[in-house]
Amino acid sequence: MQGEVRVIVLAGNGINCEYETAYACKLGGADAVDIVHINELLLGERRLDDYHLLCLPGGFMDGDDLGAAKACANRFRHAKIATTGERFWDQVMRFVQKGRLILGICNGFQLMAKLGLIPALGGGYGEQKVTFAFNDSSRFEDRWVHLKANPHSPCVFTKGLERVFLPVRHGEGKFLPASRSVMRKLKEKGLICLQYTDERYRGTTMKYPLNPNGSVEGVAGICDETGRLFGIMPHPEAYLHRTNHPRWTREELPEEGAGVIFLRNAVEYIRENVL
Amino acid sequence: MAHRIEVAFKGELRDPLGGKIREKVNNQLGLEVESVRTVDVYTIDVPLQREELESLAKGPYSDPITQVWSVDCPLAQDFDWMIEVGLLPGVTDNVGRTAREALEARLEVRLKEEERVYTSCQYLIRGGLSRDEIETIATGLLGNPLVHRFEIRNREEWNSVKGIGSVVPKVTGLTGGRIERFALEVPDEDLLSLSKERLLALSLEEMKALQRYFGRKEIKERRKIRIEEQITDVELEAIAQTWSEHCKHKIFQARIRYIDEDGKEEVIEGLFDTCIRGATEVIRRSLGEKDQCLSVFTDNAGVVAFNEQWSLAFKVETHNTPSALDPYGGALTGIVGVNRDPFGTGKGAKLIFNVDTFCFAPPDWSKPLPPRVLDPKRIFEGVREGVEHGGNKSGIPTVNGSIVFDDRYVGQPLVYCGTCGMMPRYIQGEPSHIKRADPGDLVVMVGGRIGKDGIHGATFSSEELHEASPTSAVQIGDPITQKRMTDFLLVARDRNLYKSITDNGAGGLSSSVGEMASGPGGCEIYLERAPLKYPGLDPWEILLSESQERMTLAVYSAKIDELLELANRMEVEATVLGRFTDSGTFHCFWHGDTVAYLDMDFLHEGVPRMELVARWERPHHEEPEFALSEELTSTLERMLSRLNICSKETVIRQYDHEVQGGSAVKPLVGKKEDGPGDAAAIRPLLDSFEGVVVSSGICPRYSDIDTYHMMACAIDEAIRNNVAVGGNPARMAGLDNFCWPDPVKSDKTPDGEYKLAQLVRANKALYDYTTTYGVPCISGKDSMKNDYLAGDIKISIPPTVLFSVLGKIEDVRRAVTMDAKAPGDLVYVLGMTYDELGGSEYFAMHGYIGNKVPQVQAWEAKELYYKLHEAIMEGVVASCHDCSDGGLGVALAESAFAGGLGMEVDLRKVPSTGVERDDYLLFSESQSRFVATVHPTMQEAFLSIMKGIYLGEIGRVTRGRRFIVINQKGQKIIQGDISRLKEAWQRPLRF
Repeated sequence: MQGEVRVIVLAGNGINCEYETAYACKLGGADAVDIVHINELLLGERRLDDYHLLCLPGGFMDGDDLGAAKACANRFRHAKIATTGERFWDQVMRFVQKGRLILGICNGFQLMAKLGLIPALGGGYGEQKVTFAFNDSSRFEDRWVHLKANPHSPCVFTKGLERVFLPVRHGEGKFLPASRSVMRKLKEKGLICLQYTDERYRGTTMKYPLNPNGSVEGVAGICDETGRLFGIMPHPEAYLHRTNHPRWTREELPEEGAGVIFLRNAVEYIRENVL
Repeated sequence: MAHRIEVAFKGELRDPLGGKIREKVNNQLGLEVESVRTVDVYTIDVPLQREELESLAKGPYSDPITQVWSVDCPLAQDFDWMIEVGLLPGVTDNVGRTAREALEARLEVRLKEEERVYTSCQYLIRGGLSRDEIETIATGLLGNPLVHRFEIRNREEWNSVKGIGSVVPKVTGLTGGRIERFALEVPDEDLLSLSKERLLALSLEEMKALQRYFGRKEIKERRKIRIEEQITDVELEAIAQTWSEHCKHKIFQARIRYIDEDGKEEVIEGLFDTCIRGATEVIRRSLGEKDQCLSVFTDNAGVVAFNEQWSLAFKVETHNTPSALDPYGGALTGIVGVNRDPFGTGKGAKLIFNVDTFCFAPPDWSKPLPPRVLDPKRIFEGVREGVEHGGNKSGIPTVNGSIVFDDRYVGQPLVYCGTCGMMPRYIQGEPSHIKRADPGDLVVMVGGRIGKDGIHGATFSSEELHEASPTSAVQIGDPITQKRMTDFLLVARDRNLYKSITDNGAGGLSSSVGEMASGPGGCEIYLERAPLKYPGLDPWEILLSESQERMTLAVYSAKIDELLELANRMEVEATVLGRFTDSGTFHCFWHGDTVAYLDMDFLHEGVPRMELVARWERPHHEEPEFALSEELTSTLERMLSRLNICSKETVIRQYDHEVQGGSAVKPLVGKKEDGPGDAAAIRPLLDSFEGVVVSSGICPRYSDIDTYHMMACAIDEAIRNNVAVGGNPARMAGLDNFCWPDPVKSDKTPDGEYKLAQLVRANKALYDYTTTYGVPCISGKDSMKNDYLAGDIKISIPPTVLFSVLGKIEDVRRAVTMDAKAPGDLVYVLGMTYDELGGSEYFAMHGYIGNKVPQVQAWEAKELYYKLHEAIMEGVVASCHDCSDGGLGVALAESAFAGGLGMEVDLRKVPSTGVERDDYLLFSESQSRFVATVHPTMQEAFLSIMKGIYLGEIGRVTRGRRFIVINQKGQKIIQGDISRLKEAWQRPLRF
């Protein structure tokens, strides 16, 4: 156990992508990957403290019935662990303070935003500063998008990444900051790590369908100031092998899918800085 | 007094739902409105303090950045009309359920059973509309009177302090617990009216079978001891459900005297046994050791081996009538309902993909609509959205499907939903596809609760749709409750906590427990133990309710505590309802009294066999007469814009087709990811390259000429599509889903004998072609009353079969897509083209049906499929596309524009027999053909594998955008541009 990179992938209550997210973690080099039902945490059968990376996969937590990830954020914030009476949120905060990593994909990103885990400007974890609205098209869409990474971002997950092609699969993905000053700070601190761009990866775009949802300044992924907490709307775990690529039958592509890089970066960071 | 929390988008922000509604009001209803804004309403029937309500409003119910809220005070202002739409009492309120859980979490309380949260939505409309027009918007667009309640106020009527006040749609006024008894020794007309009044859908003969059974002396005497002599409503309803066409498939079991066009007679002892199961048995015997079938026709889904460790369970169902009444709820329930079929097969399979095929009337319908029929566009959008929510929220990719348009689906759309699951072949050493309940095992219901929803679904779908069809048949599925249940059950399965599992679908507990009890030979059920959504149900309603998201388990009594404990931890309700016995009796109790006491044998075998006559007369249609145009470019563009040919991208993109991470051949392929994939391939095991290939075939237009060939073409199309992407023709299994108009002759159906002959012929083709191809059917379903009847208007659907094929590709890295790949590649047509335009899209475009329906040459086709598969596995095929609706012309154009490349082809090189006209050569729908492209360096290898096959090298893929076709005289008859062709193909159903 000592020296192992341990990952917890959350499941249950409408989370859908736990299997492929766990598989991505293995490909990224994690030593132990556990898929854990949210109730196992709340019942005290498992603890976040035993892991280094928490993955919040895509899905429709509680059906997104009160708005994307809202009901789940409410549960994260207020639920108590059955055995100890500790608030689950306190466990999450301890996880963050100890320098561990959190990755939220799609619905997981929405959850992190609504919990105020990102961007957490000035270390203000728990204050919601960004949100997601319905796509400008008012529709759920499954389509692949081009993303440009920010080389100046502190983000651990996108380190060394310049560009990437991944699918989005959401209806509520339009990124909105609470104010202009929030947006300014996000930019100043390099917290915008991924933005929608065109086929040639030139600039950011507001053009549909390249920007599939109308996100402000094409924001597709942000992190907190430590770079250890990261949320991304597109799905890295949906591109783990070249046969996932929509044009693999007509293009020369590397065998490994581009989605693995995010997890490999995280695992390497943990080995160097957390273990 | 209940409280109201209202939530709306901040004034300066766009209201996406409002915007969408405004667009639909303008486009679909042709009414002008200036703006629509929405307010979400939570009606909280819980005594709470103001601070508590505010913390809810601030917390889980609204977003602090985009929304504003109010407590017990309306937000609405600045509107001409306000419409509030909520659910009727008893209708599943998914958002309300989540809001209630969020309340409990936020306030750290446990609510009482009757303390609920209800949701509704206010639409604030600006624009000069009349009350009538507003009512049209309310019932024609925003809601459905079968499901929703409406409050309408104009500016003057609005009370800005109180709003509309709080309305609690609680189910009240039910007493419940009643038992009715009926005398069966009555005249025939009373028997019939009993059947009709209670919606039993039992015929006179069936009612008389009941009368005889209950009149038998030994039955009377036995009943005196346990229960009263007269039949109870619980028994009557259980029998009607078990004997329904929906559950018993009486038409497929009937003895049929079939008379063909020459007057030759034949007696068929059940179409299912002879043609369907019979064919599968023959195929399995001839395959011997290569047979991959594990469980066919006996369980909720058919099971085949995927490899040594894993098996696949596949099932397709229809949900037609509920979708006609409430398209969204009907389709949503359809998809989450069929999910439970593979889930309830064997010990239970994890769900890996969905497929869906719809048959609608054209969305641009302009003729008057018959009474109570919804607008085709509304049905289209509602069904699409229902399947979107059902599939996406369950985390199951929707990978394949199609949409067929025909005017005759206006009274009854067809909604085919299918799901495939995967399970380990052995669980704790036991084969997973085998399950059994034994005497002494406990009957356990898990998942959702029971309400009045969906009562009589089984008997109701066994009748035609009429003006007085019951509204209790409408229900709303709840994917999240189901997801929680399936998450729990997969854990329970792997811990071996139950012995048998089945789904509660049509017929509810009566069906699930009744069927499971036929193994051990009886059961005892205590109906008062069943958890209810609200009090006040009668015992028969508890037994028959089709409330969704429930499974029934047989649990070994020593494991019950562990099972219940696990359920509790995973927040899933599980209740012991009784036990299985070997008493030979289906025995139900209500608070200690016996309310049903039926012989299992009578319940399951007592239904009298139908004796029917089928008489085939070949129809004769006018042969077309129209001149061949000088040039066919615009003709090709018009063909590409046909609803049955055009792009379905709008629908496909709204379904998640990639979740679970195994997507390998997507429904949209090509240079711009928008070409029409022939079949889907997925890798269900992420650490392996073995793939599942799924495809389908459906061609109801050919039924106008001969259902024999319609069936043959559907089978061929499904296999052909599967082969086109790389499916192995030696490793395929089929599913047949029949949707028919009523084929039983009666006053309502004077042409029943003809319609039955159509059914016989389709079944004969199914036997002939599945045995030739060696593709066994493993499961299927029939829906036999797809007629709409109102007054003297009767609309019958064309006989329609969806044939689905589950195939295998050893290595998905060998898969091929339909898009042309590179300039200079050689273009081949594989397979022979005949003068077969009967029932074609081309003839339909000219207003004709014709008579020369495509006929499948199965032995030639089979050789082609095996060789093509070899060529694909050898990697010598660059692209491969099946030729179906619209023939060669359409397939070539699609291949070119999906590849973003031009093409130049010469019709003189197309292998053909007896086709003189150029347009016929281009648009004939002869079966078993492909368009393939091959890189010149692979030409030799390709031709050597394909030796002995009819093929023609007809041209080349070219750089640029020109799409050129040379006719049989050597003239350029088509000079198209791929961008224009693609535009013609994408335009009709674009976003």
